[in-house]
Amino acid sequence: MVELAIDNKISRTSVEDPLAPPCMTPGAMAGSKPYMAAPEHNIKLGFPGELPDDWKEKAIARMGYLAETNRAFKVYLDTCMKCGACTDKCHYYMGSGDPKNMPVARQDLLRGVYRRYFTFAGKYFPKLVGAVDLTKEVLDDWYSYYHQCSECRRCAVFCPIGIDTAEITMAARDILDHVGIGQKYSNEIIGKVMDVGNNLGLNPKALKATMADLEEDIEDETGVAVRIPVDEKGADILLITPSADFFAEPHIDGLIGYAKVFHEAGVSWTVSSYASEAANFGMFIGSEENMAVLCKRIQKAAIELGVKRIIFGECGHAWRVAYNFLNTLGGPFDFLDQDYPIPQHILEFTWGELQKGTLNIDKSRNDEYRLTYHDSCNVARASRMGDEPGGQFEIPRNVLKAVTNNYFEMPEGTTKEQTLCCGGGGGLLTDDLMDIRKKGASPRMHALKQVEEDHGVTHMVAICAICKTQFAKMMPEFGFERDSILSVHQLVSNALIMEGQVDEDDDEDDDMDDVPAMSGAPATGGSL
Amino acid sequence: MAYEIDGNTIEADEEGYITDLSVWTPELAGLIAKDENIEMDDERWEVVNFLRDYYEEYQIAPAVRVLIKAVKKTMGKEKGNNKYLYTLFPYGPAKQACKIAGLPKPTGCV
Repeated sequence: MVELAIDNKISRTSVEDPLAPPCMTPGAMAGSKPYMAAPEHNIKLGFPGELPDDWKEKAIARMGYLAETNRAFKVYLDTCMKCGACTDKCHYYMGSGDPKNMPVARQDLLRGVYRRYFTFAGKYFPKLVGAVDLTKEVLDDWYSYYHQCSECRRCAVFCPIGIDTAEITMAARDILDHVGIGQKYSNEIIGKVMDVGNNLGLNPKALKATMADLEEDIEDETGVAVRIPVDEKGADILLITPSADFFAEPHIDGLIGYAKVFHEAGVSWTVSSYASEAANFGMFIGSEENMAVLCKRIQKAAIELGVKRIIFGECGHAWRVAYNFLNTLGGPFDFLDQDYPIPQHILEFTWGELQKGTLNIDKSRNDEYRLTYHDSCNVARASRMGDEPGGQFEIPRNVLKAVTNNYFEMPEGTTKEQTLCCGGGGGLLTDDLMDIRKKGASPRMHALKQVEEDHGVTHMVAICAICKTQFAKMMPEFGFERDSILSVHQLVSNALIMEGQVDEDDDEDDDMDDVPAMSGAPATGGSL
Repeated sequence: MAYEIDGNTIEADEEGYITDLSVWTPELAGLIAKDENIEMDDERWEVVNFLRDYYEEYQIAPAVRVLIKAVKKTMGKEKGNNKYLYTLFPYGPAKQACKIAGLPKPTGCV
């Protein structure tokens, strides 16, 4: 267990304290509910399409099953002593002031029902022990408030007996799914991975075209023919990266960074169109079964492509799932080269190459940036990197410091194991939850303001697709430029001078022959 | 939700993305844009038409980078960036322009 010797004191300036407790506002977020999944999305994942008549029995039975099969879950429900250490540690509580977003209160929404049906005192003296009947109103409260938790585990760091709120949120969502109440965002996306291979729905033809386009961009910019191979049998390394890396800004610049590092390291690699997703939303909904289905796709792709190693790109909860569960849910991986970590993180790989000296780095190429690093919650509190304890904190920082000159830490109490979630994790990165996303982002945004004021920091760096998207959306809301969030590997890419690299002359016209021209004509009607 | 156009009802999901892509018309695009507080002009039409052409070829919206390159080619270097696309579609070129173009919403960590 993490020691409770927590010092939240930070050097004060005129900027608002990122960890300041909020003004309590009961019911402030009671109306926050994500869109519900359509019946077909639930059924595809093995859940009932909609609320069955016997939902109450089914929900209690599922809770009983989880308490019986998941020892941690039962212990978490049984042992909370209401000490209050977690109450002001949740970014959603800090941002919203809704007391039901105090981790203990959010847990109690489930705990009260557990007590009613699974403890002696709760069965016979419910009022004495805060036991609560399961009603439709309780179910609605679960749906609302268990989608105001990003499963980031910050509260768990401060719990003297180690209760993990994330596990309780996952269990609540699993119970809800088992009575046909699924969240549209997560469940639709899991179905999409089953159909197409990734969250986006990016088919193999589009994936190959996008990667070919990127290869041309890199060659135009550097004069070096860097490859981004798709479905290349016999490659040594299978890269599993979030599909946002194929699509979104700034993610795609990180992908270019991975490709350049692999190129300079002289290794052969490929992405897979079948397993073209690192993100595993099965974890968000607490469904081991669905998490396993997505993990198994990675194993199948690795076997079919005949690779020797698996490396994960920059994605927070993907790494949490990969680090903890890939071998047990997706394995065995006895066919891979056992001399390398299974799986390995791209930061471990790049840090290894930097230490070996295979990368020719000119840090000054990043001098336009003054940087800070946001520890992504899932990497920080639910995984590790490298061989040393704390490697998940140090390796990304080591890489950043190796490729840039201007690095500054955000205030103590907001980094490493105490890092603040971006506000969009755990299945909350959806437009219908924008209000709670903004409230959840505010502590981190205030921590960033602090280093902006103290050190002139201009950009924040992250290694998670969700963090990058969430912050790109949130930055303008808090007075920052939208593009002030970057990938670690974008900075690696900037500083890396590849063998034979000739930088593109800025004044020169880009070679744009490959770009399909826009018609310029007014629309003439639908042709889809 | 749904859109009403010339006495016809066009079905859309909760967020306003039309559910039957084949019923899209420029008039409908104008109506969706109005709902989003966007006034369609030549540049916005160029983006929407590009998205639709790309979708027809690949059954998915292009990566933002691909869209930016296309804008750069057509509208000039100074407009070929994400920032300019956000001035055209303030909620984000991928999601808002796709909605107007009658394409499915890009999903995932985007």
